[in-house]
Amino acid sequence: MLFRALKKEDLKRLYDLLAGSNMIVAPVQKGQDGNRAPIYAFEEVSGFGEIHLDYTSTKIPAKRFFMPFRETMADFRMDGKDWGKRVGFNIDRPFVFFGMHACDINALNKLDKVLLGSHYPMPYYAAKRNNMFIVGIDCRPQPYCFCRSMGSDTALHGFDLFLTDLGDHYFVEVLSDTAFNIIRQITTREPAESDHALYMKMVSDKNKQFTLQVNTTDLTKILDMEFQSDVWKQWGEKCFSCGTCANVCPTCYCYGVDESVEMDLSRARKTKFLYACNLIDFAEVAGGHNFRPESHTRLKYRYYHKHRGFVEAYEESLCVGCGRCGESCLAGITVPEVIASVRGEDI
Amino acid sequence: MNGQIKFRDVMAGQQRKHYRRNDLGAFEQTFKAEITAIHRLTDLENLFRIQIVDAEDRSMFTFQPGQFVILELPGIGEAPFSISSSPSRHGDIELCIRRVGSLTNFLFRLERGTRVGIRGPFGTGFPMEQMHGENILLIAGGLGLAPLRSPISYVQENRNLFNSVDIIYGTKDPSQLLFTYQYDMWRADDVNLHIIVEKGDPSWEGPVGMITKILEEIFRNRDAGYFQNAYAIVCGPPVMFKFVCNLLNERDIPMQKMFVSLERRMHCGMAKCCRCNVGSTYICLKGPVFDYWSVMNLKEAI
Repeated sequence: MLFRALKKEDLKRLYDLLAGSNMIVAPVQKGQDGNRAPIYAFEEVSGFGEIHLDYTSTKIPAKRFFMPFRETMADFRMDGKDWGKRVGFNIDRPFVFFGMHACDINALNKLDKVLLGSHYPMPYYAAKRNNMFIVGIDCRPQPYCFCRSMGSDTALHGFDLFLTDLGDHYFVEVLSDTAFNIIRQITTREPAESDHALYMKMVSDKNKQFTLQVNTTDLTKILDMEFQSDVWKQWGEKCFSCGTCANVCPTCYCYGVDESVEMDLSRARKTKFLYACNLIDFAEVAGGHNFRPESHTRLKYRYYHKHRGFVEAYEESLCVGCGRCGESCLAGITVPEVIASVRGEDI
Repeated sequence: MNGQIKFRDVMAGQQRKHYRRNDLGAFEQTFKAEITAIHRLTDLENLFRIQIVDAEDRSMFTFQPGQFVILELPGIGEAPFSISSSPSRHGDIELCIRRVGSLTNFLFRLERGTRVGIRGPFGTGFPMEQMHGENILLIAGGLGLAPLRSPISYVQENRNLFNSVDIIYGTKDPSQLLFTYQYDMWRADDVNLHIIVEKGDPSWEGPVGMITKILEEIFRNRDAGYFQNAYAIVCGPPVMFKFVCNLLNERDIPMQKMFVSLERRMHCGMAKCCRCNVGSTYICLKGPVFDYWSVMNLKEAI
């Protein structure tokens, strides 16, 4: 990895260079919540001034740009008893994420493992992931952040450039050759020893600001041992089974498929739509048998998939600790509280 | 000054007729297939004979007994079905389907000659080669005979490779018995066929009761040597697995030598959609066929 230092006033030049011929997706302010705190979202932008690089976190992750909530998988042309099928991946140009936090970059890295792994890599995701240019940006821990517990507070790969705010300039990590070819067109300098010291101090200060922790020691075993624990039922009674947690989760990828036909029966379409394991019919099979009919069994499955099963498969959890699910949960259920209760710790 | 990022077509240079499962092109690969025959089996179940149209694709389509395909009716939807036919027939497959939802009800309105889509085969199969030279218990409850018919065909075609073979089949009542026209053929191939129904009718002369009743009767006449060299394949509703597999285990058949097929509603069949997950085990990829020991280690599998 190459390191550069970029003057803050020169960041706009990087933006202009990228925006000249690419679509830019960046954090913007969409409004205010009841406490007058800003609400941020990833949106396509048309000017540098719209971007809020100092954003806390977005309510909804960036996944709608690479894993849309509804996406056409294939079109059919019907012809009597016969038909033809056309498959497309719904992308024709690259896009730039300008200002993505480490948790969301790590979410992409986790998704890569399951969606681009050896068995049936998913072309709908691959086509977008391979046409993504990511400019990462450092962040300040919020009261709901527990990324440090999940090992997702820094991104080691999965981006092109990563910016860390060091006062009057950015410390820039240059990871890809595409990024190198772009960054060399603007004025940067070799970082000095003093920049390294500043960077390390910044990281050390940031780490002291985390207020929330999750103890993941032996968590896979504990989840197995506590499979029949009554705490699941207690959380199940609170849970509305609404699926909001999956909706706002940057690593949730499960989906359903449905097909529809045009009124004149000449064409049909196959659509994939993101789903949520908390929804009541998630594990229902033909004939109506439901393998997880009760709210708590679905909530428990959610935790087992994220914190046990995924660890078993990939040596890491399918949670980046962004805290979005807890912030959005209508019943106030948060990951740190659920895990602490399963571990028998006081909440 | 140029900040343009080059667009990369992930399928560039990958357009070919046949894909391996680690190719991006494998994901939405559908074989066009034609319904060549429809047999009525009961009031609720039909057997659909479905042939992959392209002759080369048809001969290259290979599967193991126990694997499943996803049947696609364009514009209506798609759903997973176990293959009910012999693997030696390649892409000229048979699916035994119960009319139960909107997709299957539509399927029952189709006529011979209609073209459908087939994706797959997916998942694991029964390890038939491992069972060569052994005694085989093929146990089905209800619609479980549909996935079991493929290993039955394999055993029939390779009867010399197996020792004693029993089919034990239970249904609710005689009207639900599937593949009645094949029973004489199975017996002719030196397969012991035992059928039991939970509730008889005036014409029924066979045994009445649960499937475990007939299993206990059969086991009474078998010695320890029989069980030492026995494998079992069990297909049916999940509740049946526990009773049947516990009974087999009492006779010292190890759990690793009992195979079951788990039913889930897969939407993709390719370990992506998570709809079939137990924990984070994809039934579509690591199953649907599991040995019973693995099932015992999956939380909430049955």
